[in-house]
Amino acid sequence: MIKPIVSRLFQVPNSHKLEIARSHGRYDSLKILFSKSPEEITQMVCQSGLRGKGGGGAPTGDKWKIMPSPKPGIPHYLVINADESEPGTFKDRQILEKDPHLLIEGIIASSYALHVKHAYIYIRGEYHFPAQRVQEAINEAYEAGIIGPKSEFKLDITLHRGAGAYICGEKSALLESLEGKRGHPRLKPHGKEPEWLFEAPTVVNNVETIASVPFIIQEGPDAYRSYGTKDSPGTMLFGLSGHIKNPGIYELPYGVNMLQFIQEIGGGVRDNKELKAVVPGGSSCSILKADIIHKVTLDYESLKRNGSTLGTGGMIIMDESVSIPKAMKNLLEFYHHESCGQCTPCREGTGWMDRILAKVLNGNGTKEDIQLLLEISNTMNGKTICVFAPAVATMAISYIQAFPEEFYVLCAK
Amino acid sequence: MSKAFDEIREAKFQALIPRYPNLQALTLPSLWLWQEQYGWICPEGVAYLAKRLKLSVAQIYSIASFYTMFNLNPVGKYHIQVCKTLSCMLGGSETILECLEKNLGITPGQTTQDGRFTLTQVECLGACSGAPCICINETYHEKMDEASLLNLLEDLKRD
Repeated sequence: MIKPIVSRLFQVPNSHKLEIARSHGRYDSLKILFSKSPEEITQMVCQSGLRGKGGGGAPTGDKWKIMPSPKPGIPHYLVINADESEPGTFKDRQILEKDPHLLIEGIIASSYALHVKHAYIYIRGEYHFPAQRVQEAINEAYEAGIIGPKSEFKLDITLHRGAGAYICGEKSALLESLEGKRGHPRLKPHGKEPEWLFEAPTVVNNVETIASVPFIIQEGPDAYRSYGTKDSPGTMLFGLSGHIKNPGIYELPYGVNMLQFIQEIGGGVRDNKELKAVVPGGSSCSILKADIIHKVTLDYESLKRNGSTLGTGGMIIMDESVSIPKAMKNLLEFYHHESCGQCTPCREGTGWMDRILAKVLNGNGTKEDIQLLLEISNTMNGKTICVFAPAVATMAISYIQAFPEEFYVLCAK
Repeated sequence: MSKAFDEIREAKFQALIPRYPNLQALTLPSLWLWQEQYGWICPEGVAYLAKRLKLSVAQIYSIASFYTMFNLNPVGKYHIQVCKTLSCMLGGSETILECLEKNLGITPGQTTQDGRFTLTQVECLGACSGAPCICINETYHEKMDEASLLNLLEDLKRD
């Protein structure tokens, strides 16, 4: 077993409390942190190859490097995306509940590197208990002078609760929501530029990404690179849910074989049934048929080569009894419900596809309906402000292409 | 007396003001405070928050109606939210919902006549390893089956 980077304290009782967390080395990285310049810290994160763990996998250092140099009167913000809502994903919740001080330690380090004086944690509204844990940890950190006016670096951290909108996991929608608006994604700029919150340059990073930063500072970028693969260095909290014997979250270096992970750590498919398919990293990823799982490894490159994406690393396991059209209907209902409604192809497309598939499942569909589902998918792809509609389209196309017979058999007429 | 933040919420509201550069950013936190106090976002609440945040009533309503967790109608003492998304469906959420419908005599979106239970279907709660998961008010109950659900309901009904 490898030495874990972010899950080290998950099994330690009361690890969410400052005293316990500290006795296990939390906040030890701050000494090294403040002995270096902010630019050196950014450089270390760049060298480590740390990639965003919220689903996109973009290099964290690249996001940090495009922040402008600080100017008086213009604040910089750091926003932690804890709006974990991708179906099949429940990894950040483990950090928020079990090791909130690791997150705060990472926020301090990242804020120092980015010249941030106020960081926001945007947490999904449903996470009442994790929010409570994080708020308690923030309060403890203020009282102990780790953050706030009594501290060396005088950082403020504010926990901000969402209120049930999947789209707010999209970073620009999240920022709109944080500004007190509807969670509508923003148009993306042509060139590289930072995000903007309250009209000030901002970095948005996922919980697990920021929780990986203290390790990089303490052990060095090379130590981080010693985990995982060349292009996907480090570890990730991989999730297992669905028809699996041991559902849960497991920290592994990138590059582990997917089948091995499912069988050895996950204990295999539940009730001794056959594996039918895997959704590799949240519902927006293309579905993988069981017969190719053996050649897939858990890193961004391998998943891409095999026609899917690593996403959030939250795998949904389906056994032989699952009806693929029914599973797809479930997700279409999800996307229909969660579309923010800003762009017509997405708002109308998700509902239209949902209705067509309902008709097919009721036995009233025709083969043309399946073609229509594919056509609508193609119409939705690439014609909207954010990647929500393309995600629905990719998902739908992959389900139909991987298991066409299951769809056509429903269209006897 | 017209509705307003009580002393506790007023103190929380005041503590939040310096944490944001403008009042509009307090919209979500304020809606949460209101719902915590009154249980739902009533029309008086929308008007009150508009005044406090220097926004229009339409702005507050547009935001409150965007986010599914803000109740625009009163809910029962126990708001039972059943996760319906893929992992929970694979784990048997349909059986859980059926059992709840039968036991409470209501369908999703409804409240029992005595005002004690509201049933809602929700999208992924982020508790996929604990499928099927339900959330009652603010508490998650994971790995539910019919027996544990009926036990839980009995406890709530006695309360």
